[in-house]
Amino acid sequence: MRFRSAPAVAGIAAIALMATACGGGGGEDTESGAETTLVIWSDPERAAAIETAAQEFAETNGVEVDVQELAFGDIQGDLLNAHQAGNAPDIFIGAHDWTGNLVRNGAVQPVELPQDRAAALDETSVQALTYDSQLFGVPYSQENIFLMRNTELAPDAPETFEELVEVGTTLKEDGETSEVLSMAVGQEGDPYRMNALFASAGGYLFGQDADGNWDPDDLGLNTDESIAAMEKIAEYGEEGEGVLRRSIDTQNDAALFFDGEAPFFIAGPWNIGDADASDIDYAISPIPGFEGEGPASPYIGYQAFFVTEGGANSALAQEFLANHVTDADFILSLYEADPRTPVQLEALEEVSADDANIAAIAEAGAEGTPMPSIPEMGETWEPLGKAEAAIIGGADVRETMESAHDTIAEKIGG
Amino acid sequence: MASDSNAGAPGPGVPARTSPSGGRSSGSGSLWGQLVKISLLGLFTALAVWAVLPLYVDGNWWGMAVVAAVLVLVYLVYLSKRTVPLKYLLPGVLLLVAFQILPVLYTMSTSVTNFSDGHRGDKDQAIAAIEAYSVTRAEQGREFGLTVATVGDPDLGELVFLLTDTEGTPYVGDIEGLRPLDDATVDPGSGRVTEAFGYTVLTPAQVNARSRELEEFAVPVGDGSGIRANSLSTAYEGRATRVYDADCDCVTDTETGVVYTADDERGAFYDEDGQRLPQGWQVNVGFDNFARFLFNPTFASSFFSILVWNIAFAVSITFLVFVVGLAIALTLHTPRLRGKVVYRVLVVLPYAMSSLAMYLLWRDMFNTDFGLFNQLLGTNVDWLGDAWTARFAVILANVWLGYPYMFLVATGALQAIPRELTQAARIDGAGAWQAFRHVTLPMLMVAMTPILIATFAFNFNNFNAVWLITKGGPFPSNDPSAGATDLLITYTYRMAFSQATAEYGYAAALSVMIFVIVSVMSVISLSRSKALQEVDR
Repeated sequence: MRFRSAPAVAGIAAIALMATACGGGGGEDTESGAETTLVIWSDPERAAAIETAAQEFAETNGVEVDVQELAFGDIQGDLLNAHQAGNAPDIFIGAHDWTGNLVRNGAVQPVELPQDRAAALDETSVQALTYDSQLFGVPYSQENIFLMRNTELAPDAPETFEELVEVGTTLKEDGETSEVLSMAVGQEGDPYRMNALFASAGGYLFGQDADGNWDPDDLGLNTDESIAAMEKIAEYGEEGEGVLRRSIDTQNDAALFFDGEAPFFIAGPWNIGDADASDIDYAISPIPGFEGEGPASPYIGYQAFFVTEGGANSALAQEFLANHVTDADFILSLYEADPRTPVQLEALEEVSADDANIAAIAEAGAEGTPMPSIPEMGETWEPLGKAEAAIIGGADVRETMESAHDTIAEKIGG
Repeated sequence: MASDSNAGAPGPGVPARTSPSGGRSSGSGSLWGQLVKISLLGLFTALAVWAVLPLYVDGNWWGMAVVAAVLVLVYLVYLSKRTVPLKYLLPGVLLLVAFQILPVLYTMSTSVTNFSDGHRGDKDQAIAAIEAYSVTRAEQGREFGLTVATVGDPDLGELVFLLTDTEGTPYVGDIEGLRPLDDATVDPGSGRVTEAFGYTVLTPAQVNARSRELEEFAVPVGDGSGIRANSLSTAYEGRATRVYDADCDCVTDTETGVVYTADDERGAFYDEDGQRLPQGWQVNVGFDNFARFLFNPTFASSFFSILVWNIAFAVSITFLVFVVGLAIALTLHTPRLRGKVVYRVLVVLPYAMSSLAMYLLWRDMFNTDFGLFNQLLGTNVDWLGDAWTARFAVILANVWLGYPYMFLVATGALQAIPRELTQAARIDGAGAWQAFRHVTLPMLMVAMTPILIATFAFNFNNFNAVWLITKGGPFPSNDPSAGATDLLITYTYRMAFSQATAEYGYAAALSVMIFVIVSVMSVISLSRSKALQEVDR
């Protein structure tokens, strides 16, 4: 008898044990449930700054702010999955060109800025976050690529791309450097960087309507202008001058410049820290366009705060975006943690006065175009990049561009 | 052999520690054993309760039933004295179901949907997003200072907006409409109402607690416009231009007059010209995803050329690592060789290093201008830019990383073969090659065949090997989605995660296909190797 009841005793004991364990846990739950916590996703570089800057907001509204760190590149994908699973953050930071994809997945809430708040921001930046006449995020900083030169080797900023190549080639022939220009192309191409030259030579990817909205139906890669532009670029490719080469990619482009192997470098704000740490004397200037053609037009990317759709704290999140992200003091404290060009006009003015690099980068971006934020844009990177890499490698320009055009048209048509 | 493989079911089961002999006389086992059993069962029950709570909140009765069934099963098995084999098998089986079978089933169920960007959620979510996204500020729309209040209780009372226009005149707005407000105190600094008779002004935290209601809340002011909150302290006049009508199952754009009708086959709203609204929903598309890569000419040609290369890739790597590994093992097996240990350590080195770092190193060594190969050889080969040299490069790098393992296994197997056998063959007049071919190799193959099958299956899905060196490239200029060195797994990954429009449904269909291919190949080779062993005996 004793043996037979043993299993039942064991079972009851197990359940009793579990019950006591849960009893302890349950008590804690009820105590911590009252406090509202606003969850923000940020990349590690800015997390601390956002946390500090958001403290004031938290105290005013009697809530807590929890900033969670994710790699910037992971935020979009993780957010879409988290939103679907119902455990997304209330606010997240992202790039303006994600807008189209976030909107089509219904993952963000529209933001309606009070008019005076919107007026305090750079107009193009607000336009960049607008999709289908609706604002979806509040921009706070911008970035664009520029030309960084080694002032010891090339004291003057080149006015044209031809001049850049001439100066660089002379240095290369004199044995001072081994490269003319360090511009990342890679085996897969880099349309983000290449757009500056592509636009200068008259090429275009998507047309724009009168209001500045991107028109996905007007895909321009197979137009004569775009093909002529790529032919111009191909002259500097591997079969031509050898200035643009697939062997230079984002892994080694900075090293070439910082080792003094290249006098010119197509760089971005993310290279400034390394540049300051290196022994190279550098200066920043706009990327020069081709002689007799339009100015080089780098893509401008904006970073923005977004509110997740369906979040439990959307009222506070909207309040944070409308009245804090647009605030000069908040933006300045973010700038101090991570020096990027602000789009809040008052903050930009204050920062440009002290930081020569910010002013120079802003000048380099003066001719820039906001990167199209329509979802169709995403479909162009791979095909266009691969086409550009092939053309720089010596492939037939017309044929390659037309086939890239058809590939993209097929993808965005469906 | 067959009985051995049963024991291979993983037995991480700590619970199996109780009453191992299971005889009738073993009874309740030791006291210590009982205590361990009780605490583990208690832990498991706690886990089940923890799992049930969110399911209960969601009202997912099926999920709760499954958890309860598993719990009952665990109790029955570990409290009964008759289910001894199950006590050992259950933990492994549960883990197998949770981490192997469920993902496969989930992938299969995804593969018949159009789950992709623009088709993630359900139809209601899509409609909610379409309506919410179409709210635009009315032309010359008014702006208001806002104080959110309720009638009565802050948590349950009806929401009202206490508004002030630009002149500072107070209004009250509720679902009925906008009315002037008389008994209100307006703060001259912020221009907002701070107190009003009959209404409870909410704190920011209280407003936030009612976020969901606030998102929907609009004070109607005629012709479809409404006053909505755009922060805790401001409101604006706007209108939704797209409205869903359940009767026609369509969305009408009140501004342009275009009607978008729901298409439940494709999961989106389409107008007459075939233009769709961006927000769609997930629908079942049957076997369309499979049909796409099997029958659609462009996708089928990518799929089958990748499949052929994938098999060639796995076969050639398996063959080459086997040949190289075995050759080195045979060389170092020579009895008179001095410094064997040093050589063996050197040979195993590539295996000891992180393969991720090694792949990146190999990629850099193949760089046209700055890479080691071209600089050493004095050539100017565009290694990763040409289809065949890129294929050569990924195979070379993988043979380098893969042969040490084969060498280790072969060395072990060789040492288990008595040298007398080879010597006897030599005395019988066999040459060195003949002795190897007919005596050593067959005995070696018994140990090596399963390893070779595993190597093949591993390399068939060797994602890192390709992704880190070439990312699947180089790509033909007319098809940037399928490269010369793409394996099915890298192709699938690009479809699901790396391209702009994530196509989970299509990628899941490809995964199912890979699963079928690898399973069929493994089953065939395993049954053939079994035949081989029986011949040997």
